[in-house]
Parts: sequence; C-alpha cells; structure tokens
Amino acid sequence: MREIALLVNGEPVSVEVDPREHLADVLRDRLGLTGTHKACEQGACGACTVHLDGTPVLSCLLFAVQADNRSVTTVEGVGTTEDLAPIQRALSERHGLQCGFCTPGMIMQALDVVGRANGGLTPERVRHEMSGNLCRCTGYVSIVDAVLDAAAESSSVAAVPDNEPTQAEVSG
Amino acid sequence: MRPARFDYLAPTSVADVVSVLGADDSAKVLAGGQSLVPLMNLRLAAPTQLVDINQVAELDFLRVADGDLHLGALIRHRRLEFDPEVARVAPILAEAAGLIGHPQVRNRGTVGGSLAHSDPSAELGCALLALDAEVTVQGGTGRRSLPIAELFDGFFTTTLEDDELICQVRVPGTVPGRGWVIQEYAPRAGDFAVASVAACIDLAPGGGCVRVRAAAGGVGPTPIDLGSALGELVGETELSEGLLRHVASRAAEVIRPAADLRASAEDRRDLLQVLLVRALPAAWTRAAGSLSNGGAR
Ligand SMILES: Cc1cc2nc3c(=O)[nH]c(=O)nc-3n(C[C@H](O)[C@H](O)[C@H](O)COP(=O)(O)OP(=O)(O)OC[C@H]3O[C@@H](n4cnc5c(N)ncnc54)[C@H](O)[C@@H]3O)c2cc1C
Ligand code: FES
Ligand code: FES
Repeated sequence: MREIALLVNGEPVSVEVDPREHLADVLRDRLGLTGTHKACEQGACGACTVHLDGTPVLSCLLFAVQADNRSVTTVEGVGTTEDLAPIQRALSERHGLQCGFCTPGMIMQALDVVGRANGGLTPERVRHEMSGNLCRCTGYVSIVDAVLDAAAESSSVAAVPDNEPTQAEVSG
Repeated sequence: MRPARFDYLAPTSVADVVSVLGADDSAKVLAGGQSLVPLMNLRLAAPTQLVDINQVAELDFLRVADGDLHLGALIRHRRLEFDPEVARVAPILAEAAGLIGHPQVRNRGTVGGSLAHSDPSAELGCALLALDAEVTVQGGTGRRSLPIAELFDGFFTTTLEDDELICQVRVPGTVPGRGWVIQEYAPRAGDFAVASVAACIDLAPGGGCVRVRAAAGGVGPTPIDLGSALGELVGETELSEGLLRHVASRAAEVIRPAADLRASAEDRRDLLQVLLVRALPAAWTRAAGSLSNGGAR
C-alpha cells in the first residue's frame, strides 16, 4: 500500500492505495464518488471518463498511484442540482439520457469537446469526438444535440469581449 | 475485476528505467496503459513489476531538426493529431493518429507504446513504415538506432531486448512534390482497422513519379512494406486505371493475411486492393498539388 495525495474536485485528499487499484475504484470505493461508472474495464465504453489535470482519461485504465499529486475532476465536481452546468442542463432539456449510466462519462468528455470547440462544432465533429462514449439507450441523437446546445451557449458567453462589463457587473 | 498484484516504480530517467528492466525479467514498462492495462484487467498479462515511464521528462519531446521530426516515446497520439509542427513536417502522422481508437485513448496512448505493443493493425506502425522512420532504443548495453522495419518481429512482438526501452523516433520530413495518404477499413469509428494502407508518392517537377513508398496494416503479422509491389509506378506520368489495378493486385500477393472473426484472409486481400485503388490516386493528387503550390501543403 502507498499513500497518495490527490486534488479531487478541488479538495485535497490523501488515501492509501494498492498499486493495482484503478483510479475508478479509488474514487468509487474509497472516496464514495460513485458518479464515475465502470462497465467494460477495457477502455471501450467511456463510462469511467474523468479529467486528469483537465484532460479526459479512462479511469479504468489508470492506476490511482499514477494520479499522485495531480488533479482529478469527476462528474460530482460539475454543477450542482440547483445550478446545473450548461451541458447538464442541455442533456436534461434534450432528453439526452434515459437510464443515465453513460451520462457521467458523456458529461466529462463533452466538457472537453465544448471547451475546445472554438465555435467550430458540427454534428459530425461531435460524433467523432464523442465516439469513445457508448450509450445503450438514447440512440445518440439527443446527446449530440445537447453537446451542440452546450457549445452554442458557451460560445455566446465567450463572445462577450474581455473589456466589456458582464451583466452581473453592470447590475451589481 | 482487478489486475494481479504488482510492485510499482516511477523512475524519472531513462537510465533508471533501463536498470530496473535489466534487474528484473518480469518488469514491464507502463506508458499510456491503453494496451497493457486492458490486458492486465483481464489477467492476460500479469507483470509483477510495473515501471511507469510517464515521469521520464527526457522522453517527452517533439521537435523538428534538419527537416526531420523527432518524437520522444511519450508523445501522445492526441498531440500528433493536433500539433501544427506534425501537420507541417509529417502530415500523414496527424491523419494516422486521428484514426487511433477514441479521443480518451488518444489522450493517453503513446508513440513508444504503440510501437512496442506491435499490433499489426496499429496505424502508427503502418504510417511510420511508409515514412521509413528510424527508432532509437536504449538498453543495458547502450543506445542503438534501427530502421523501423527491423523493429517489428511478428504478431505483437518486436526485436527489442527485455531491458530495452524505445526512446525516440526520427521521422523524415515531407518534401515538395510528396503526396501522402492513410486509409483504412474499420467497421465502426475507433475500431482497430481490419486493413489499412499508408502511401507516399513523390512527383518530379515535370510530373513523373520518382518514388513510391507504401505499407499495409492488418494484413500480416507485422505492418507489411508494399514498396516492391508498387515499383512499377516509378517513371509513370499518370496513374491509369489499368496500372492501378495491376499494382494493387501485385500488392495483394506480398501481404500475408490471416483470418479472424472480423474478416477472412481473402476478404483482407480484396480490402487491401480497394484501399490501394483509393489511396494511390489520392496521394498522387496531393503530390501534384504540392508541386503546383511550391511544396506548401
Ligand atoms: C478502446 C481502445 C481502442 C484502441 N484502438 C486502437 C486503434 O484503432 N489503433 C491503434 O493503433 N491502437 C488502438 N488502441 C491502442 C492504443 O493505441 C495504445 O495507446 C497503444 O497501442 C499502446 O500505447 P500505450 O502508450 O498506451 O502503451 P502501454 O499500454 O502502456 O504499453 C503497451 C506495451 O508496450 C510496452 N511499452 C510501452 N512503452 C514502451 C517503450 N517506450 N519502450 C518499450 N516498451 C514500451 C509496454 O510494456 C507494453 O507491453 C486502442 C486502445 C483502446 C483501449
Ligand atoms: S469502464 Fe472504462 S472505458 Fe469502459
Ligand atoms: S442513457 Fe442509458 S446508457 Fe446512455
């Protein structure tokens, strides 16, 4: 066993792990963060996608010891029930989930896709970039729409020039 | 399910990695983990010592020198896919990397890992063979460089010694008049290719073909060099339908396809020809385009 230090959703945690424990197991079984799902444990389904230092990775193919001293973001770190992130709101509005098993992985990958979109997302691009996330329920159409909605929302936010006061600053 | 127990080390220098590999026969290098960890999860692999190389900074570089692209073993597929220098100097590699698995796999998987894993359908091995890349490895007896063709030994095996680490790959840069293409057939996006072809064609300013390099993946125990089959293209000033079909059928004779669940050997021979008949004209057109705009892409 060895002690590792992680920054999980912004909170420093330290935990004793066996080197053979996947990051997904440590998140779920040690830290109680069961939003990260495991299905195939083969890198094929994307349900276990989390961010490692901001990059989406498969937590079934990463040993927790490899995340020592690094930052991990899971779906629990995205939005709150009262204040959903744009991708979460879009998935809900578009009916982008049914059983919800794939959804945490979809959200973590979609955040990266939207973050890198630069206004240039097409449905084809979304399908390509989300191809590592399988869904057994929706048939994907509603998920693709939700990612496009979230991207449109974030690019309209990003379109506000830096030097222009935001709504909050004006009214505050 | 969990892998069998192992000890974990994360050295920070190539020398330290090599000495651990030299001291323990059962030690295995862990790079992106995108091939090794799935095998460990199934316990098809059960190394007792893992040597994580992700903290070896000297393996993490990408630079252009003397017109060639130099890639450290730790360069991730995703970097190849989007790096502007790769697009400029070895554009076929950017295209090849974009065909590997899924984005999350490409975020972790590495050049060194792909070559060492030596899956005959891996895109990088196929593209790097068509580019005549050179691989530098380091082991207990020192450093050596070898043409990539000499790295591949057979189905999922390389000529590396147990204590040898792939450190870098030198990729000859593209030149004006060179056109390139990689094409594959896979049933779904992100799947391993059933068959793939990477081709580079050089046209002289007059328009004649002066050089052709090509390799095929998924149709033999290693990536297969198709150079000998395509030699008749050299000297030609245009790619006639007849010639194209002729060289494609010659290429189908030099491959060594096996049957598996996804395709019979015969299907693979057919697929290879279809891919070549599409790829060679595409590479030729790009080569002509490169000539007419002075070598810029
Ligand atoms: C769902 C899925 C789909 C995939 N699809 C494709 C695909 O379409 N095409 C494709 O090409 N690949 C595919 N891959 C595999 C992926 O490209 C891997 O990243 C790659 O094959 C191995 O690289 P790695 O860095 O992950 O190596 P690892 O998994 O860490 O290691 C693989 C092997 O190489 C050895 N090794 C690693 N680095 C070195 C080194 N520097 N020197 C010596 N030995 C070393 C290891 O000991 C191990 O034996 C897929 C993987 C997954 C999970
Ligand atoms: S559980 Fe990790 S990819 Fe399926
Ligand atoms: S909503 Fe059920 S698997 Fe995607």
